[in-house]
Amino acid sequence: MTTETVRTPGPRHRSGLTPLNRVRSMSATSAKYLSLILGALFTLLPLSVVLFASFKTKQEYGTTGPLTPPSNWLNFDNFATAFTSGKMLEGFINTTIVLVLSLIGTIILGTMAAYAIDRFPFRGKKLVMGLFLIATLIPSVTSQVATFQLVNAIGLYDTKTALVLLFMGTDIIAIYLFIQFMQSIPISLDEAAMIDGANRWTIYWRVILPLLKPAIATVVIIKGIAIYNEFYAPFLYLPSEGLISTSLFRFKGPFGAQWEVIAAGTILVIVPTLVAFLLLQRWIYRGLMAGAVK
Amino acid sequence: MTITASGSASADSTAVVSAPVRAGRLRGLIRGAGRRGPRRPAGHTILRRLTPWLFVAGALALLLLFTYWPALNLFYYSVTDWDGIDLTKNFVGLDNYVRVFTDPRVFSVFFVSLYYFIGSFVQMAIALYFATILSFSTRFQNLFRGILFFPYLINGVAIGFVFLYLFQPGGTLDTMLAWFGVTDPPQWLGNPDIVNWSLAGTSVWRYTGLNFVLFLGAIQSIPRELYEAAELDGASKWQQFWALIFPGIRRIIGLSFILAISGALSVFEIPFIMTGGANGSATFVIQTIQTAFSFRQVGLASAMAVVLLAIVLIVTWLQRIVFPDEKVDLV
Repeated sequence: MTTETVRTPGPRHRSGLTPLNRVRSMSATSAKYLSLILGALFTLLPLSVVLFASFKTKQEYGTTGPLTPPSNWLNFDNFATAFTSGKMLEGFINTTIVLVLSLIGTIILGTMAAYAIDRFPFRGKKLVMGLFLIATLIPSVTSQVATFQLVNAIGLYDTKTALVLLFMGTDIIAIYLFIQFMQSIPISLDEAAMIDGANRWTIYWRVILPLLKPAIATVVIIKGIAIYNEFYAPFLYLPSEGLISTSLFRFKGPFGAQWEVIAAGTILVIVPTLVAFLLLQRWIYRGLMAGAVK
Repeated sequence: MTITASGSASADSTAVVSAPVRAGRLRGLIRGAGRRGPRRPAGHTILRRLTPWLFVAGALALLLLFTYWPALNLFYYSVTDWDGIDLTKNFVGLDNYVRVFTDPRVFSVFFVSLYYFIGSFVQMAIALYFATILSFSTRFQNLFRGILFFPYLINGVAIGFVFLYLFQPGGTLDTMLAWFGVTDPPQWLGNPDIVNWSLAGTSVWRYTGLNFVLFLGAIQSIPRELYEAAELDGASKWQQFWALIFPGIRRIIGLSFILAISGALSVFEIPFIMTGGANGSATFVIQTIQTAFSFRQVGLASAMAVVLLAIVLIVTWLQRIVFPDEKVDLV
């Protein structure tokens, strides 16, 4: 194909398609939307039937099929049962406590580490970064075999402190996000503060940390979702109390046959995630991309 | 922290500074192009050297204590017969490793990973398809993107229950299959021949969104002008895909394939929550955890953990060889 023959149909291609081409592009468009709708259905159907079940009474659940919507969309009895006898309330409170403490810890330790790595030349910097990087490769669940012995030995088994400490461990993605953002903060700001007699800690605390807010927000969202969803650590280290994941997991026993209550509990766990997603979409996508290109 | 403590650290205290420090300072001055920071007396260089370490100390301490110390201990436990309680640990050499590779009960769980590995191919194909069509202008683009991505954010236990409900006998899936005339559906989670397909399917549902968003991001980073130029040259969408999109995202696809290997070996949450590893659905990680905490064979479990770690490291190393220009430029 020479450029001549290709270029000429260009404008015509836009203004008026030949009938055959129009049919082809229309069917391509419908195939595209059909596949999108199918994809959306596949994604939403499993969730919708659980939503249906959560509003049904015990009797209604027994007599209607799973794809039948509930007769009363305002029947919140199952949610109340899940909240009270399912200990979901306790789970939400405990999760909030652990979440807030670990996030504060991660942010402070992570930004401090990033500050040292970005603003100071020091021997061993490469080694420190390497340690953080390799740590992400260690499969976290299997290494609990040994971590458990440590947590047990220092007397933190069955405490929330153990979870906070485990979650506080800053990962390379957070540090990377902080460093990347810190590079855009001009060093002249540090120098100006130093002339005013500020020491390194003051510069970090008063100058750098407030300017890191956007990076902190991204880390809070990504890490917050990860902690909220964490299942195995609370399952292993906090058997006597429930976090949101473990409270829901324990529905398996007592509510084994009461699917309408399990469904309500499941929906209760999903709703906060949905709200967070709808409000923070852009931050979530950005955080994921940052993590992927590390 | 050094400046205020020094007291006499006025700007012209150079007289008390020793020669090497001064030289260093001069280098700093040249490099810093006229930096006029207050000068510190000699005794504070140690403290100044220490400053960055004080800032990384907290994060580093947690990392060493909760990641590297247990990892080192894994190696130690793996050559003993420790049960997790006993005060004495007997050295047994490589016995545990020999068992990992010869005991069929341990070894057979490796094959369970194959289901998830195949699943991850399906997952990537679906993700690539949707990422491609959504990278062109589409109505409700954000809505579709949000719907396809959302499962990735959902709590694993919630997903487990959603799919237990879907797969239960006479449940949603069976009801829908009945519309198409399938009256005798199998036991999705009760039949050992099928359970792993059901679980791998659940895993595909959960993780497709992540691959999709990553692919979409990569596609969108290809400059718009290239598409416009291709369009002007009369390239079809299919040609555009192979000539523009595919080369642009080949790297992230390759990385995803390699990550799928270690991902398939580390499968844990979905089968643990849904079946607890029953009916032949135990994965390597479930087996390791049960060996350690249910059967109290910490030594053997540690050997299994070390084997998994070794595989993951080898896979990562292979990734570096296959994609040598993948530089992790952090400092």
